[in-house]
Amino acid sequence: MPSDPALNPLGATSLPPAGGVAVATASEFDTTKARKQSTLILRRFFRHRLAVVALVVFLLICAIGFLGPLFWTVSVSDTSSRGYLPPSAAHPLGTIQTGKDMLAQLIIGTRLSVQIALVVAIGSTLVGVLLGALAGYLRGVVDSAISRFVDLMLIIPQIAVAAILVRALSGSWYTVAFILAAFGWMTIARITRGETLSLAQREFVEAARAAGAKTRWIIFRHLVPNMIGTITVNTTLAVASAVLSEAALSFIGLGVQPPDTSLGLIINENYSQITNRPWLFWGPFVIIVLLSLAVNFIGDGLRDAFDPRQTKVRA
Amino acid sequence: MIRYIIRRLLISVPILAIGSLLAFFLVAAAGNPVAELKAKPGVTAQQIRDLESSLGLDQPIIVRYWKWLLDFLQGDWGKSIALGQAKVDIFDSVMRALWITARLVIGAELLAIVLGVSVGVLAAVKQYSIFDYLATSSAFLMFSMPIVCVAVILKTYGIKFNNLLESLGMDRWLSTVSPAAGGFQGSFGEVVFKYTGTYLLPTLSLTLISFAAYSRFQRASMLETLNSDYVRTARAKGISQRRVIFRHAFRNALIPVTTLFSINSAALFSGAIITETVFGWKGMGNLLVQSIRTFDPYMLMGWLMVTATLVIVFNLVADIMYGFLDPRIRLA
Repeated sequence: MPSDPALNPLGATSLPPAGGVAVATASEFDTTKARKQSTLILRRFFRHRLAVVALVVFLLICAIGFLGPLFWTVSVSDTSSRGYLPPSAAHPLGTIQTGKDMLAQLIIGTRLSVQIALVVAIGSTLVGVLLGALAGYLRGVVDSAISRFVDLMLIIPQIAVAAILVRALSGSWYTVAFILAAFGWMTIARITRGETLSLAQREFVEAARAAGAKTRWIIFRHLVPNMIGTITVNTTLAVASAVLSEAALSFIGLGVQPPDTSLGLIINENYSQITNRPWLFWGPFVIIVLLSLAVNFIGDGLRDAFDPRQTKVRA
Repeated sequence: MIRYIIRRLLISVPILAIGSLLAFFLVAAAGNPVAELKAKPGVTAQQIRDLESSLGLDQPIIVRYWKWLLDFLQGDWGKSIALGQAKVDIFDSVMRALWITARLVIGAELLAIVLGVSVGVLAAVKQYSIFDYLATSSAFLMFSMPIVCVAVILKTYGIKFNNLLESLGMDRWLSTVSPAAGGFQGSFGEVVFKYTGTYLLPTLSLTLISFAAYSRFQRASMLETLNSDYVRTARAKGISQRRVIFRHAFRNALIPVTTLFSINSAALFSGAIITETVFGWKGMGNLLVQSIRTFDPYMLMGWLMVTATLVIVFNLVADIMYGFLDPRIRLA
């Protein structure tokens, strides 16, 4: 990026005074000091305006979920009110059929949906990257075994398996998260495998191997750091798709079950009221859409930050 | 080509076999109709044992699997053993549900591909135009929408639209229930009226979501090919813009979309599960939800085997498509 003065020593250092001796002083070196890769990536990310807005929205939604209970102290399980009360000072979003406060429901639902999405994204990334890197680096029998396993996992729709397992185990938020992660790592594994196949041919990997590095060292010290861009972007995309999968599962009644709640379950319980009491439907709907929109935008911003060549927005 | 298809199908046989074993364990782990009964008061242990042995559930799981597999391969998919339900034939139920879903999903997917690919190409060719911004942002929005909400909103406004039609003295057009068995009857005009009314909303809700993914993918890959060296060379040779776009760039840009199609094939059925629930269609999605609710193990097995086979077929179609799009990946 030649236009960035920080990267262009000629533009950043002041010219020596006419007639003076051109000796570089310590302060001049300070202005051209080396920048870490991570600083560069962060700077590029923060220049992406939409992504920064999305990050703020995402943090706000997390704040609603995690800090909300500090400010809105009405209990979620309090059923003393009448059902389907319209919005009022006591219940800003009204009450649901059982008389529970909608705002309190929404806060808990948001928190559990975010928790599920994060656990699914991180879990499936860990499993996917590990298996993908092993398959791509070791090749041969390991590769065939892992690839066939991925094929096997992909032949049954994730939502069907998840629904069956939720019925078998339980509908608490962590079971749902665990099940979605256990059946959602295959895409990341395939992508990681592909990247590893080409990275493993590079000289630095060969050099490391010649120096006697073990497989574990090569994968975690050489391969994963070089794929970190792809991995991060896919993790954010996995967050978005986990939000949507959870909503779909809970909607058909085979996801999160009471006493836990989630945005999908709240929609399931209230969508029949969309015409008569629209606030009960639009609240969770807006949060789900904002959540997945924000995460998708963050992913886009990260992609551009990690790989400026792919930039889709004009600088 | 024929040899390639046959070889691929042969490779998928062991995958399907192992898949069926895992699925059987999964379904058995989920529970069975009798286990539900145990929790109910007033049911004696003897009754449960009798019921179990009459349904064959007292045998070890491997024996049950083997028996199921032999019957399945001979075309006998068994009967539903859900309690309190009619003992319907599984093959018939699954095929009937599949036929209903297929008519909906195939149309919606084709529409989504055609629309998504055209919009994606146009957005890439006219990059940074108003059309591009509109297409890209609406695709981004739809991509982030839960299909649940899309379907529910469409249904609500469909009903409002019907009320409006009625108040204007016309027939209610949009239907929010499953198509009637036996097809649509009446004059040609009536059939068209009923057909579009029944299919419009579910098709729209499925199409909108897939369309977003296709147009995003197509735009990205089209931009990449348009900026590649061989396209610039083609332009430099003086080939017309239309020819460059369609003969040089478009064909190569379709390859990533083909990958998306093969990944999407499984998700297609998941999307249909929600759409069918909202619109009350009695298709595959409905069958799955019902069978899980009633713990109907053999019905679930039939469902899973049909879906798995479809996913394999879709993947094969995608692989054959690669060969047509890029002769370098010609299949030996």
